[in-house]
Amino acid sequence: MVAISKQVKSSRRLQKLTFNPLLTLQKLFKQSIVLLLFLVTWEVAPRIGLVDPAFFPTFSEVAASWWNMLITNELFSHFSASIIRSIAGFGLAIVVAIPLGLIIGWYPIARDLLNPILELFRNTAALALLPVFILLLGIGETSKIAIVFFACTWPILLNTIAAVRNVDPLLIKSARSMNISSFALFYKVILPASIPTMFTGIRMAGTGAILVLIAAEMVGAKEGLGYFITYSQYNFMIPEMYAGIITISLLGLLINYGLLALEKRLSRWKQDPNA
Amino acid sequence: MGEKIKVDRVTKSFSIRDNDQKGASKEFTAISNMEFSVNEGEFLTIVGPSGCGKSTLLDLLGGLSTPTKGRILLDGQEIKGPGLDRGTVFQQYALFPWKTARGNIEFGLEAKGIPKREWRAQSDHYLDLVGLKSFADRYPHELSGGMKQRVAIARSLAFNPDVLLMDEPFAALDAQTRETLQSELLRIWEKTKKTIIFITHGIDEAVYLGQRVVILSANPGRVKKIVSIPLTHRLADADIRSNPAFVKARHEVWSLLHEDEYAGLYI
Repeated sequence: MVAISKQVKSSRRLQKLTFNPLLTLQKLFKQSIVLLLFLVTWEVAPRIGLVDPAFFPTFSEVAASWWNMLITNELFSHFSASIIRSIAGFGLAIVVAIPLGLIIGWYPIARDLLNPILELFRNTAALALLPVFILLLGIGETSKIAIVFFACTWPILLNTIAAVRNVDPLLIKSARSMNISSFALFYKVILPASIPTMFTGIRMAGTGAILVLIAAEMVGAKEGLGYFITYSQYNFMIPEMYAGIITISLLGLLINYGLLALEKRLSRWKQDPNA
Repeated sequence: MGEKIKVDRVTKSFSIRDNDQKGASKEFTAISNMEFSVNEGEFLTIVGPSGCGKSTLLDLLGGLSTPTKGRILLDGQEIKGPGLDRGTVFQQYALFPWKTARGNIEFGLEAKGIPKREWRAQSDHYLDLVGLKSFADRYPHELSGGMKQRVAIARSLAFNPDVLLMDEPFAALDAQTRETLQSELLRIWEKTKKTIIFITHGIDEAVYLGQRVVILSANPGRVKKIVSIPLTHRLADADIRSNPAFVKARHEVWSLLHEDEYAGLYI
């Protein structure tokens, strides 16, 4: 009996350790089946006349034009223009909003003074200010980076303030009982304890950055993915237009995954609710 | 045995919101004219009903707040702020969740200004003392409640304070873990010869751990009586809680705590 149960145990362990191609395939299938169905529908719908192929070309046609633009480098110049603008605005927002948020969160007087104006700005849609930015800064790079910066600042700033305010008072008490300096308390307790909430804001800003940038590029720009989409629409380059849209999706995915990976690295200590 | 800590006629009051008058505040006295002293190397437990100012007293001892009247002396010097001569263990562990067990212990070492090259050996030593050597690299969320409290105790011991202040440290643990940790704390106390002030609301715990038990009364917090517990060799006796001396002492503390109830004060 004992021998048998031992055998069962060891074979179970073996199963866990060895690579199971069937299981891997199953997982891959589960993750991709809906996506594949979507692409198949896209391919079939224009072919059977469900939608007008002139306005809604097949997926293969879009993919071919995407590939074509990729190898002629046409796509790359628009892609890089967009990504540089969004990273510049987004990065600037991080550099400005995090220290500012830490200070506002830490000093009650700063909070009381600034809270009303922060609420006002936060509730002003960034795109509503686009004309102002263009009037003041022209239609060059500056206005686009500025509007991305503006849109990214608020979620980061407000989440950083909330993060600092919500640090567990017991942790502060515990650190204070060890007689550490205010600076050490801030640097070694407040800051690390704030990172998870701060990241919620950073990821919201990442999504916002793309949204605002594309809209800004559609209104007034000479390159960039937003510009490219409207340009192809006006010139009836419909497959190219869809290729541009797909590229925007990819850009969004890229930024989101990058931020997720960074967040995972910085808050390894947090309990994973899905684990 | 010299006098380590003297609580000298301490009163602490706060101003709180007055519910009868809108916008007004009134004085609330948490501790009134409290007086007792703790000897060097003594294990003193403090027990009392809710509202007896236990937490207020601990904040005062820790130097996180100052008395309204009176003073607290540590080695003859008035306590004026927090310091590494006292280590505090909280009920809710208060471990830094972004640091491993070892990292949490090293936080205290760093606060004391111990050179970095000595951290490893020191943290190893204290992890070993609380029986968690193989859990050094675990984060707090990966540890059970009992283990977390062991880490917290190790962290407080690591910067080698003279006095250990413990604020109901085992209240959140299950009964079995609590008993284990109680006897381990006694073992650590015998080994390190620290002065320990241990606040609890468990009568058994107070009698089992304390050489003397300070009984407080509530509203405002006052010392009602200090009872000496005539137990020795607590760790040698496997079931000391059935020992007649323990039972007698327990009953004495129990009666003191419940006197007011029978007088109808709390009913």
